[in-house]
Amino acid sequence: MFQIRIHGRGGQGVVTAAEILSVAAFAEGRHAQAFPSFGSERTGAPVVSYCRLDDREIRTREPVMVPDAILIQDVTLIHQVDVFSGLSATGFVLINTSRPAADLGLEDFLAHFAGALATCPATELALEHLGRPLPNAALLGGFAALTGEVSLSAIDAAIRERFSGAVGEKNSAAAHAAFDVVRGGVSARPD
Amino acid sequence: MLAQIEGSKAIAEAVARCRPEVVCAYPISPQTHIIEAIGVKVKSGELAPCEFINVESEFAAMSVSIGASAAGARAYTATASQGLLFMLEAVYSAAGLGLPIVMTLANRAIGAPINIWNDHSDAMAARDTGWILLFAESNQDAVDLHVQAFKLAETLSVPVMVCMDGFILTHAVEGVDLPDQENVDAFLPPYVPRQVLDPDQPVSIGAMVGPEAFEEVKYLAHLRQLDALALIPRIATEFSESFNRDAGGLVRGYRMEDAETVVIAMGSVLGTLKDAIDLRREAREKIGALGITTFRPFPEAAVADALRSATRLVVLEKAVNPGGRGVLASDVALSVPRSPLSSVIAGLGGRPITRASLEAMLARAASGDLPAVTFLDLDEAAVAAERARLADVT
Amino acid sequence: MTRRPIRFYQVGSFAVGNRLLEDEERTVQSDAKRTNSIDSGHRACQGCGEALGARYALDAAMRATNGQLAVVNATGCLEVFSTPYPETSWRIAWLHSLFGNAPAVATGVAAAMRVKGRDVRVIGQAGDGGTVDIGFGALSGMFERNDDVLFICYDNEGYMNTGVQRSAATPPAARTATTEVVGPHPGNVFGQGKDLPRIAMAHDVSYVATATVADLHDLEAKVDKAMSLHGARYLHILVPCPLGWGSASSDTIHLARLAAESGLFPVFEAEHGVVTSVTPIRRRVRVEEYLRRQKRYAHLFATEPATDVIARLQAMADANVARYHLVNDETANSDLEA
Repeated sequence: MFQIRIHGRGGQGVVTAAEILSVAAFAEGRHAQAFPSFGSERTGAPVVSYCRLDDREIRTREPVMVPDAILIQDVTLIHQVDVFSGLSATGFVLINTSRPAADLGLEDFLAHFAGALATCPATELALEHLGRPLPNAALLGGFAALTGEVSLSAIDAAIRERFSGAVGEKNSAAAHAAFDVVRGGVSARPD
Repeated sequence: MLAQIEGSKAIAEAVARCRPEVVCAYPISPQTHIIEAIGVKVKSGELAPCEFINVESEFAAMSVSIGASAAGARAYTATASQGLLFMLEAVYSAAGLGLPIVMTLANRAIGAPINIWNDHSDAMAARDTGWILLFAESNQDAVDLHVQAFKLAETLSVPVMVCMDGFILTHAVEGVDLPDQENVDAFLPPYVPRQVLDPDQPVSIGAMVGPEAFEEVKYLAHLRQLDALALIPRIATEFSESFNRDAGGLVRGYRMEDAETVVIAMGSVLGTLKDAIDLRREAREKIGALGITTFRPFPEAAVADALRSATRLVVLEKAVNPGGRGVLASDVALSVPRSPLSSVIAGLGGRPITRASLEAMLARAASGDLPAVTFLDLDEAAVAAERARLADVT
Repeated sequence: MTRRPIRFYQVGSFAVGNRLLEDEERTVQSDAKRTNSIDSGHRACQGCGEALGARYALDAAMRATNGQLAVVNATGCLEVFSTPYPETSWRIAWLHSLFGNAPAVATGVAAAMRVKGRDVRVIGQAGDGGTVDIGFGALSGMFERNDDVLFICYDNEGYMNTGVQRSAATPPAARTATTEVVGPHPGNVFGQGKDLPRIAMAHDVSYVATATVADLHDLEAKVDKAMSLHGARYLHILVPCPLGWGSASSDTIHLARLAAESGLFPVFEAEHGVVTSVTPIRRRVRVEEYLRRQKRYAHLFATEPATDVIARLQAMADANVARYHLVNDETANSDLEA
């Protein structure tokens, strides 16, 4: 089973991202489960969603405690919330930021982390392609590049299923751009 | 049709295929996505002839359903938590009048303190209403139970509540095989009321009944619940023949074949529990689970039969009878009076029930180390501090 | 039914007997083919205004709908005295669920009839408790949605079914079992009251009317009018209760008339929030004349009459007269001056 935890803020489409990811995996014949960290948080509050991917039926209902991958939609959360909690030492981290990973003040975390960490300016890409600072779809393109758990084409189809017409088109373009960015720049790759 | 879909939307699809004629609801988390999705279907004309009515309270939602059902329409509504409590008087009325309304209960805690997250306290408030209460383990289960619920309700002229864990199921996106319209139509015939409000054949429905006949009326309702215990497995069999998958029934065992320790539970926690049991089985512990699908009427005989060889029972539930043990634990204890039983209260107000906690609990149970009543993952320090503070005050 | 002002003075009242009218102007009750919606044999008290009001209203509604009518009844006297199982007085399709939910149940019945393609009209009915108190939320919701229901309130100004307790429709100073004649302010408190007809008008529903069992031609005409319209409609009928009011059984009609003639109970019609007609007072009476005949006001007429309280009640009547222009005739006031 591959488990993902997505951190972001209310209004950034954190729940939608998990749902789109699950739809993409489902389309590739896998079992997938997506769910929010149910709360009554308002716009701007830190929120979390979860996604599980597996080749067999997923029965568990517990929150994702030991994620294989963490997606951080809002970089301002990394020093406010324990975003890396339970992360496998060989897991994946994808952070939405235009700054290099070395500038994020993550030295303590990186000292014990043997997985793959990538940054991706998903908000900028969303602004460029979509005209709105909604990084969730773009970041999923980056997730496909970083982990290889789902294909970019499945992410693309799931985005278009969720957002019809021009909105789907533009989100898809942002996801493709993020895919390219991440494929070119994964840092701290384990050896 | 297999779809990756949110639980609430899956329920809306299932209910839509059951061709409801009047849908009335009042919004309450975590039920909202269900009625929103059905509302769209009604407004678009997809379900015509069907009326969707937004009302001012849950009390009105159930009351409109009562009127619609009494006048011969297939009526559906959904609620949760405080909403169920607010409509409870009408919930009893629907059962007393023998109206086959189907309602989804998106299980949520009851305040105070106010809490929007999942547990089963709300369903416990409805356990003696005369409704049939079914509990779903997964979204597939919830979908299938709704299709069966209409048939069950209308065959017996008794209302049916399908309980599904709020958020955990209602807001989870997972693969669900949605029943095809043709199959549902073949399985569920149009609603033919036993008695209907009709000016051409006027009857008085809801008369006052005094001491000379009230007990008989209630006894007849009791017999109808016993009929339900016989009918529910038959409908489940018929469903599995029509849809090629199992759902419904009274109880469902998991790895019970040689189980000495059996955990009895309801709802979505069974999924995590099964994973935990598999792990304990790998450690050669003889552990199994018994899922209660039909909570009301309580299937005493089926539970006793399923537990006949078990030596240790653990009832894991998301509700508590303060000062006593769990509500389900009491029911199970009555079914198997001679078996030692531990009542484990867990997941109150949305507290996650983790596989790790369940494994630890199972290990204690297998070694006979589980007390009569346990609150799982309790913050003992916080409780002790508050007890100490109160002791200082008094 | 056409409405023609008829000025006959009959046995101390302005009532007009059927035999003085042409056939087509007679009440539904004078017709041998009336429905008998609520048949004889029910358990209401002697002189029950509610039984009379319900009989006239529902028979008129049955005639207006060619018998295609379903009625939803709230818990209360009317429900209890009409359906002592295994008997029922109802010769119409009748449903009772709860005290506070009749408007919502009626909404459900109306929805089902539409879905089923049945042209069946729906009436919801309750006493004043089921209307202005416990059923108020459901009623307001029904109005707001403009559901196709006529809701009738049989107002006897208290919880008579449970032994005469105060409701929000109990008038100031009236004695009830929960507004006893003790303390410095005996009887019910003076408040702003809960004027349901005006609250209904504020919902902008198509039709609101008040009526009393003293003018049964008027009551039937208003039911007729209500059934000619669709959407949410409201009819508020004053039905004196001999038990709760402490009045003679034979005085029910007379008290209903005095309530109107004193101005304490204005009789009017409104469409879409605007008053369209009022029943003018032809012989205006002081409130004392109405109050004195009821034991619930006996404390106002003890050795020391409570003139201040009576004056406040008179002021309420005067305010109604002014608000609804109930007096349009010089002569009508002459009795009051005398």
